[in-house]
Amino acid sequence: MRPPHEDPEGEAVVGDGDARRGAPVGRRLFLTLLGLGGAGVVFGRQVSDWMERVLGPITARDGTGLSSLLPVGRFRIYSVTGDLPSRSHAQYTLKVHGKVATPTSFSYADLRSMPPTTLHKDFQCVTGWRVHSVEWKGVRLADVLDRVGVTAEGKALRFTSFDGEYTESLTLEQARRSDVLVAYELEGDPLSGEHGGPVRLYVAPMYGYKSCKWLETIEVTDHVVPGYWEREGYDVDGWVGRSNGRDDSAT
Amino acid sequence: MPADAGAGGGGAATDPIERFDPLERAVHWTTAACFGILMATGAVLYIGQLEVLVGNRALVRTIHVYTGLLLAVPLLVGVLQRRGRLLRRDLGRLSRFGPGEARWLRPGVDRGAIPLGKFNPGQKLNAMFLGSAIFVMLATGSIMHWFMPFSDDVRTGATFVHDWWALGIWLSVTAHVYLATSDPVALRGMTRGVVTRAWARSKRPRWYAAITADPEAPEDQERLHS
Repeated sequence: MRPPHEDPEGEAVVGDGDARRGAPVGRRLFLTLLGLGGAGVVFGRQVSDWMERVLGPITARDGTGLSSLLPVGRFRIYSVTGDLPSRSHAQYTLKVHGKVATPTSFSYADLRSMPPTTLHKDFQCVTGWRVHSVEWKGVRLADVLDRVGVTAEGKALRFTSFDGEYTESLTLEQARRSDVLVAYELEGDPLSGEHGGPVRLYVAPMYGYKSCKWLETIEVTDHVVPGYWEREGYDVDGWVGRSNGRDDSAT
Repeated sequence: MPADAGAGGGGAATDPIERFDPLERAVHWTTAACFGILMATGAVLYIGQLEVLVGNRALVRTIHVYTGLLLAVPLLVGVLQRRGRLLRRDLGRLSRFGPGEARWLRPGVDRGAIPLGKFNPGQKLNAMFLGSAIFVMLATGSIMHWFMPFSDDVRTGATFVHDWWALGIWLSVTAHVYLATSDPVALRGMTRGVVTRAWARSKRPRWYAAITADPEAPEDQERLHS
């Protein structure tokens, strides 16, 4: 609308000591950025998936750790309590009780001394984000259960977190899968507090909320007791792509 | 009286010349304080190591959300005031490029040879990016906070935009603060409101010419929409 006093370079022909009559470059930029922001909200899901695939392998090889600050393929940290709970390796114990032959408390060192399993799996959150090919290391939950000896009445597991609030559940059959870990390492480093360390559950084939962070107790029960989010309406059987009305590809 | 000192073509090189009036400075510094709080709390929420160090995630998030809601207030209040004439005019100046200013941004150009108005083109781009970012961050942050009515895709998209824009804001603000602190006279324009005559004459010649040539015109006429 305004251009009689503009040349093709976008520069003003008429100057009045200030750029008021010059080309509205700034205004265009302002509006373009607002538009870009809007487009980013609409297409951000696809763009971030694409960036993760393209940039993920590059940032994974970056030794400086600086690229972990980029918003590409990052875990988002959720906690149902106000604070991130923390516990040192020395303080940590995992108590397993309920319908078991020998109730046992595992120290951090006890878990470390058991045969380890490493998995490379995508981590999919029910709210949409996904981190590709994450390395998890820990002890198979099945091995922990074998140590304590589940009795005939034991049908399900109830997990509690030392955040004092969070709970989760699995059936005994789900818990015995080889891709369910009591995890203590993430990407080759000891599991840090924000990721649920020192020890968390990692249920590879299910949405993230099933992988109870800051794992403190495992109780073997005779029926499934729905966990924290499941009382809020999430599916108890949280298979990736087959629950919660989502169609993500399996992890 | 700094406000009048700009009038008249002559005068000593160290004469104070008004650059930003008290309202503009109040808007700048309250907005800057909001940005500072948001950047600090945002970093804590975003970077796991900081989060573990600081703790109190719920409190940090509350501060972030409420400061975010206030972010646009100083600017909007300032613009809507009758006293906000200079602020409105400066926003008009920031939104347009004068002669040669597109060239000023290109690498290898002799920038000193291009006479500038009140703002250099870098300041204009910075202002427009941060100004639009206020609204982009407000909108995407609101979707993230009041997420219930939105689909997964929209939530993911809002988070995506909020994260990348935050990175841009960090870069833009860092550059802005670095450049401002490396020119003490320009910095005083925003802290005390005045610059020296010599600075205005050499760094912003078209602005200097306009405000000294005839104090009544064209600078004191509202021609934002001409």
